[in-house]
Amino acid sequence: MFKWFVKWFHRFGSPPYFYRLAGLWLPWLTGLFTILLIGGLYGGLVLAPTDYQQGESYRIIFVHVPAAWMSMFIYMVMATCGIVVLVWRMKLAEVVLSCAAPIGASFTFLALITGSLWGKPMWGTYWVWDARLTSELILLFLYLGVIGLYGAIDDKRVAARAVAILAIVGMVNIPIIHYSVEWWNSLHQGATVTKFDKPSIAWSMLWPLLVMALAFKVYFVISLFQRVRAELLHRERNTRWVEELVKS
Amino acid sequence: MSMSEFFNMGGYAVFVWTSYGLAFVVLLLNWFLPYQEHKQNLKKLNRQFKSGQSRQETRNNDSRT
Amino acid sequence: MKRLSLSQAFWFLLRRDLLLALRNRSELANPLLFFVLVITLFPLAVGAEPNLLARIAPGIIWVAALLASMLSLDAIFRSDFEDGTLEQMLLSAHPVPVLVLAKVTAHWLVTGLPLLLVAPLLAMMLGLDEDAYGILLLTILLGTPVLSLIGSIGVALTIGLRKGGIILSLLVLPLYVPVLIFSASAIDAAAGGLSVSAQLSMMMAFLFLSLSLSPVATAAALKMSMS
Repeated sequence: MFKWFVKWFHRFGSPPYFYRLAGLWLPWLTGLFTILLIGGLYGGLVLAPTDYQQGESYRIIFVHVPAAWMSMFIYMVMATCGIVVLVWRMKLAEVVLSCAAPIGASFTFLALITGSLWGKPMWGTYWVWDARLTSELILLFLYLGVIGLYGAIDDKRVAARAVAILAIVGMVNIPIIHYSVEWWNSLHQGATVTKFDKPSIAWSMLWPLLVMALAFKVYFVISLFQRVRAELLHRERNTRWVEELVKS
Repeated sequence: MSMSEFFNMGGYAVFVWTSYGLAFVVLLLNWFLPYQEHKQNLKKLNRQFKSGQSRQETRNNDSRT
Repeated sequence: MKRLSLSQAFWFLLRRDLLLALRNRSELANPLLFFVLVITLFPLAVGAEPNLLARIAPGIIWVAALLASMLSLDAIFRSDFEDGTLEQMLLSAHPVPVLVLAKVTAHWLVTGLPLLLVAPLLAMMLGLDEDAYGILLLTILLGTPVLSLIGSIGVALTIGLRKGGIILSLLVLPLYVPVLIFSASAIDAAAGGLSVSAQLSMMMAFLFLSLSLSPVATAAALKMSMS
């Protein structure tokens, strides 16, 4: 079993194999994403009942919360790739690491914008120094740091390793930053800010949220595969498999 | 529920629809830009390989890791 | 040639870096001057109302300390990188994280520690509550080494770049956030007569965590940068 896994792992990590596989998967993933998106949107915008406290404005959570989840999840993916890059020097992991960063940054950006658009009707202002918004903002800076560092180093193999170290350092720091900000927030804001999450959320609101979260995950894979394919072509432009692929 | 009621979102239309609109734009861009880049890479490589076979010398065979 | 033991190598490197820094007095004074200047700007910007200044003093002092520490970071490895000493260091038989720790310690001794000397003066000028002076010094003592240690990772990652400075700040400042939060809040609490043990124990935890982890990351980043 383990031997089989190692073999699969190496095959999966080979650029031509991954390029072809990703190309085969993309249409299926896009179909799955469309179904999930339509289901999630219908459940969230039409079926879910109006919230008795927040009115219709709460419907923003169906994009806000999945985007915020994705922003954390993608950083974790990056740190995991970072470990693979540093330990096994796997080319595919380098490409995935560098390609995941812009997607993660855009999800973080989306979470911030929708969070403040939600804040306006809830709190009366677009921005409050709420613990979650603040740590999301810092997370955005961490993403921008990764993108900036990757862009600044010309040799992309070296750049990928630099970014791998940075992603792992960031991963160690994210929980610390998160809890520091939460602690800071409880100190300065008290209970004036109404918390987003109630202890229990009705099932009719929860299932669209979960479906949307799943849709965003599938979307991340689609976007990642697209980027990785483009990047692989560029990086491996001098190899035989790319030549054969282009000529055929 | 009527159509206008649905679009009105209980008076929160601006916030809700801006959020969904932005989400749509971000998702679309993240799909479209890599798609475009991939297509352009293919086109560029195609031109390169057709114009000359000079790639032969610079080719390195370490594509498999 | 006699081989140095690990602790000998550590002390040797530390002494060498300190000597080099002491010979170059202006580099020693610059972060300190910067620290004082930034703090001077605040009363000019927000007005000299004593209550307001006393309220925001902990935050101002710590933001200035953060910036001063960040500006001086580049000096940790810069000259050694340029004259090739760093490459020799990486090739030596000693574990690189220990050597990194020696260099970071030297850097902290010449840039972080002097802040201790001027901080009370500035606190007095800003009208900080007198009960908080001890805690202010303690947070600087505990916090600035963390800044140097985290910063060394960023410097090691960007050392080979021509325009590394702006990226360095982007990499390092978000990671400084916990130190800023806990140290400023400790001083705040002390000025208000509250207990600060929670903040101080958190800062101790940060110090030990960064002491143990960051030299490893810095060493890895240096090896990557030199390759």
